[in-house]
Amino acid sequence: MTVDTTESTSSTTERAQKASASSTTERASLTTESTSSSLVLTEEQQALLDGAKGEAMAKVVKVLVMYGETFGATRMVPVTSRMGHLVTSFGLSALKPVYELLDGLIREGALSQQQFTVDPRPLDANVKAGFIADLVFKFMYSRQDFYEKQLSELGLVNQDGFTCACYFDEVGNVPAPGDVLSWAESSAVVYANSVLGARCNRNSGIIELFGSVAGFVPYFGLLTDEGRTASWIIDVQTTQKPEAQVLGSAIGMKVMEAVPYIKGLDRWLGSELDQTAKDYLKDMGAATASNGAVGLYHVDGLTPEARALGTTLVADDAPTYVIDDAELARVKASYPVIWKDPQAQAKLAFVGCPHLSTAQLHDWATRLDAALTANKRSRVAVKTVFTTAPAVRKAFEATDDYQRLTARGVTVSSICPLMFMNNPLCGKMPVVTNSNKLRTYTTARYHTDAELLTLISGGEL
Amino acid sequence: MAMMADTSTPKRVFKGRPVVPGTATAEALVSHGGFNTLASFQKALMFGDKDVKCSDQNNPDLYNKPMIGRALCLPQTIGSTTGGMVLYCASAMGKQPACLLFSQPIDSLAAAGAILAGVFSDNPMPTVDSLGDDFLAAVTTGARVSVHEDGTVELG
Repeated sequence: MTVDTTESTSSTTERAQKASASSTTERASLTTESTSSSLVLTEEQQALLDGAKGEAMAKVVKVLVMYGETFGATRMVPVTSRMGHLVTSFGLSALKPVYELLDGLIREGALSQQQFTVDPRPLDANVKAGFIADLVFKFMYSRQDFYEKQLSELGLVNQDGFTCACYFDEVGNVPAPGDVLSWAESSAVVYANSVLGARCNRNSGIIELFGSVAGFVPYFGLLTDEGRTASWIIDVQTTQKPEAQVLGSAIGMKVMEAVPYIKGLDRWLGSELDQTAKDYLKDMGAATASNGAVGLYHVDGLTPEARALGTTLVADDAPTYVIDDAELARVKASYPVIWKDPQAQAKLAFVGCPHLSTAQLHDWATRLDAALTANKRSRVAVKTVFTTAPAVRKAFEATDDYQRLTARGVTVSSICPLMFMNNPLCGKMPVVTNSNKLRTYTTARYHTDAELLTLISGGEL
Repeated sequence: MAMMADTSTPKRVFKGRPVVPGTATAEALVSHGGFNTLASFQKALMFGDKDVKCSDQNNPDLYNKPMIGRALCLPQTIGSTTGGMVLYCASAMGKQPACLLFSQPIDSLAAAGAILAGVFSDNPMPTVDSLGDDFLAAVTTGARVSVHEDGTVELG
């Protein structure tokens, strides 16, 4: 049983069939790394492809089959995690094709077989951009309510399920080691693979939903043992603990989508995956995934597979990339500053892309309070927004640190800074951040944690 | 693996794997670094730029250059996992590149976008991968590129 037997009535599916059949035939005569024979389906999967549960489900499976065949998958494997995670959280008016596609799924009952979380909402009434910019937001995200209704119908876990850090304990979407996931969101996928030891490919938006709808995904890439082998060695030789977001940026730019095995970092993080180490790896991983395309990294002596298998995870011919103080300085200096006036004073600071953990919120509260006191200031010098998951924020709001932060003028929100910055009026603002992901996708200027603390507490860089 | 099949004529011919087979002839737009799909398309898709100019500030090869109807030549895509959905939307809205030509094996995000466009939109993007580093070294922005169903790509 192969995809070549697919029945179809629609012109688009016929095109896809032709594409699939043609590419399958062609692959048989080529010798690229990702060639394969046909993907074999179970009777049940074949029935879905043949339309047993409607055309929408047939197209979902069709896409998964073509996706798998492209990467040499020979079978599908069940999604075993309790929950999914979707990357698309924003009701942009420009995404009409996506809403139409999802309407088709909902109409035919092709819903997710598991509940899912989703990336952060784009807006928060507490984070104002100005009268005109807020009007632009209303235009940009005019389909937000409609899209959230679609998400609820498809399987959204609840109204607090909007965060890029779905793996926080407070959120509850924490995969077990070895779980097969159908997730997207580059920072969540790389965390789940690397820190939690789950197995997930770097799926695109829509594909991740299709895996949750079908209940199975093609077996290739980071789902396989061989796909989790490291093809780069990263040798960290810095004289102090490297800035997580710059280290991740350097690694991502160098290895692109390869799997790196990082040596020398346990010297700074220790050998236990405690909260400090997890938070560091969260931020480092997000930078590897956004500045490159890393879906999995191993940290010698620290991450689950590196602890279990050590350097046997490394391919024999893996080259080594040495990262020392000079290399980190070179990478950081390479970031372009694209503010209209590079000398402008920052007007807004975002901290929390990806979302801050509870521990990070408390840490920032302590350090900011001390810095402001040292600078004899009662409030932050730059309008500052800390972002975190809704469940984390609600718990944090009951703490003294929350009161301290808000008294100092900090807003704690569950917004997506990236979506906020997509507003062209916000994009023209001089915004600073400690997020390399936010820097990559927007006009925000990157600063290290220490530099950002200095800026928002009124000090001089 | 990919190889240069013919150097005896003015045209240079490369052979890759057709991920989404199809034909196209277009002006090349070449990115020597990873192509960040979200960063490249987000401004154009959100604000209706008819030329679909690349908005990725980190890509000096493409920044501010029109992408619509071009033969996008690249090693792989990088960045946010919205990438495939973004490519699909571009295609469904008729704002897609004429074709996608990868020097390396295609990455999962780009494959998703190309496949979704083929299955769900009326504007599929012929997509060829594994064309080899020689292809990316040979092709220049503005050059005429022809793509054939079998994954053959002609320059010039």
